[in-house]
Amino acid sequence: MIIAAVLAGGKGSRMGNTETPKQYMMLGSRPIIVHTVEKFFVNPDIDKVVVLCPNVWVKQTQDLISKYIGETDKISVISGGASRNDTLMCAIDFVETNYGLDDDTILLTHDAVRPFVTHRIINDNIEAVRKYGACDTVWGATDTIVESVDGEVISNIPERKNMYQGQTPQSFKAKRLKEICNSLTEAEKEILTDACKIYTLKGEPVSLVKGEVFNIKITYPYDLKMAGILLEGVKADD
Amino acid sequence: MINAVYQLTAPRLLEVTYKEMPLDKNSVIIRPLKLSICHADQRYYQGTRSQSVLKKKLPMALIHECVAQVVYDPTGTFKPGDKVIPIPNTPTEQDDVIAENYLYTSRFRASGFDGFLQDYVSCAPDRLVKLPDGVNTTVAAFSELISVSVHAISRYEKIAHSRRKKVGIWGDGNLGFITALLFSYIAPESDLYILGANQEKLSYFTFAKETYHVDHIPEGFNVDHAFECVGGAGSRSAINQIIDYINPEGTISIMGVSENFVDINTRMILEKGLRMFGSSRSGREDFEKTVELLEAHPELSHYLENIVGEEIPVATISDIHEAFRIDYSRNFGKTVMTWNK
Repeated sequence: MIIAAVLAGGKGSRMGNTETPKQYMMLGSRPIIVHTVEKFFVNPDIDKVVVLCPNVWVKQTQDLISKYIGETDKISVISGGASRNDTLMCAIDFVETNYGLDDDTILLTHDAVRPFVTHRIINDNIEAVRKYGACDTVWGATDTIVESVDGEVISNIPERKNMYQGQTPQSFKAKRLKEICNSLTEAEKEILTDACKIYTLKGEPVSLVKGEVFNIKITYPYDLKMAGILLEGVKADD
Repeated sequence: MINAVYQLTAPRLLEVTYKEMPLDKNSVIIRPLKLSICHADQRYYQGTRSQSVLKKKLPMALIHECVAQVVYDPTGTFKPGDKVIPIPNTPTEQDDVIAENYLYTSRFRASGFDGFLQDYVSCAPDRLVKLPDGVNTTVAAFSELISVSVHAISRYEKIAHSRRKKVGIWGDGNLGFITALLFSYIAPESDLYILGANQEKLSYFTFAKETYHVDHIPEGFNVDHAFECVGGAGSRSAINQIIDYINPEGTISIMGVSENFVDINTRMILEKGLRMFGSSRSGREDFEKTVELLEAHPELSHYLENIVGEEIPVATISDIHEAFRIDYSRNFGKTVMTWNK
């Protein structure tokens, strides 16, 4: 079984003056989250789409899905957790409770605010998980990455050709993801906010899936303007 | 949903653009599997259409020959995963007399609006013809071109008089080859003669009764009816040669596209009482017949597979450019792109 978890957990505190979590902002004729969910909804390889959002937004997210996509049992909206890891665990618990977990259960996790994801990226994720057990969608870094541990002086400049920018989906065999997350101490959970990083630290292979330069994350007002321009110059509702 | 559309914005300039694709209860969402390049695409890509045409039509996604897979179908006509041939002609009205591909109001993919070079394509279910399992998908990628031949042959069957012993096809390119091959299956009772300008290309027409170089046609040669599959600068000499060699009251099917007006010997058309009809594009009926033929005669696909010069996996915009470059440098055969973008 292949499940897509669309993570809409953040409160969107970084989005300008607005209090609306950023995934609910309009892009063209519909909210960003609807664009994103539709990509997984139409993909015939995805059996279920689970949308995880702040508790107070569950009902409204359901309303939006009914309004734009219609009634369907392929999509469920549930409440996410306080952190990204907690939200991931909520997704796994939901899958386990409702469909059971076995070695072939694949979980694709995707940011609700990346509506430009393509069919190819989704399908490459599924293929990569089948082959390697886990994968991360990336795009080769175009800027040189500068590392500074103290924020004052450069501690390292890694070779750019080895650097990638992480996008989503990040995808996993769900059962293994649960085992690995459960093995973390509370202290580790605090620091390890990225599931692929957890895998890497535990010595598990995570394969790279080529993303797209346009698979952007709409985080700042600038991103929403950019997304609006990408979308045929439609004015972003900011 | 936001769809990635790969548009030609100026000759030899392809850019990705994004368009909203609302989930519509009456539309099927498909994803291209294999796309085939047509001369018409090359004319836009190379910028050989007039400036005014380019200005009017671009930016636009190219490609109107394609085989695709159904992704999502709220109409229940198809199952996800079904392979389908999308019909590029898109009528906006129903007409009981005039065929859908000749209606002024019909729109055509990669001519009036975006072609198939897209992540997803949204189509009305009647614009899709299911491809039976077992039909070669590389050949199916250019079933639109095959359907154009089927369309012209079907019209010939309605228009031409009944003496059909000898039929000539002028043109040894892709269109000539496909038309000749299909004709040999649809009308096997006629002897088929191919007339072309390139001896090597003529050698590919192994199923024809005879092939002749246009400069060395034997004395006394004649045909009851003819198809012109030359187009371009060669149209004039081809059509006039047909007029010379065709028997009285014969029918000439004009299929080659020319950007310029063509001088033809109207005196002999009158004297011989010839009928001349044009064909362009095709409609649903022609696609259905094409698929039936490909399914009923698996060997047809073998012949057609042989004209695929190259199958190019496409994962980047550079790969699309490369496919167009390779296709342009080829003097015969089809270039098919496997869509992995």
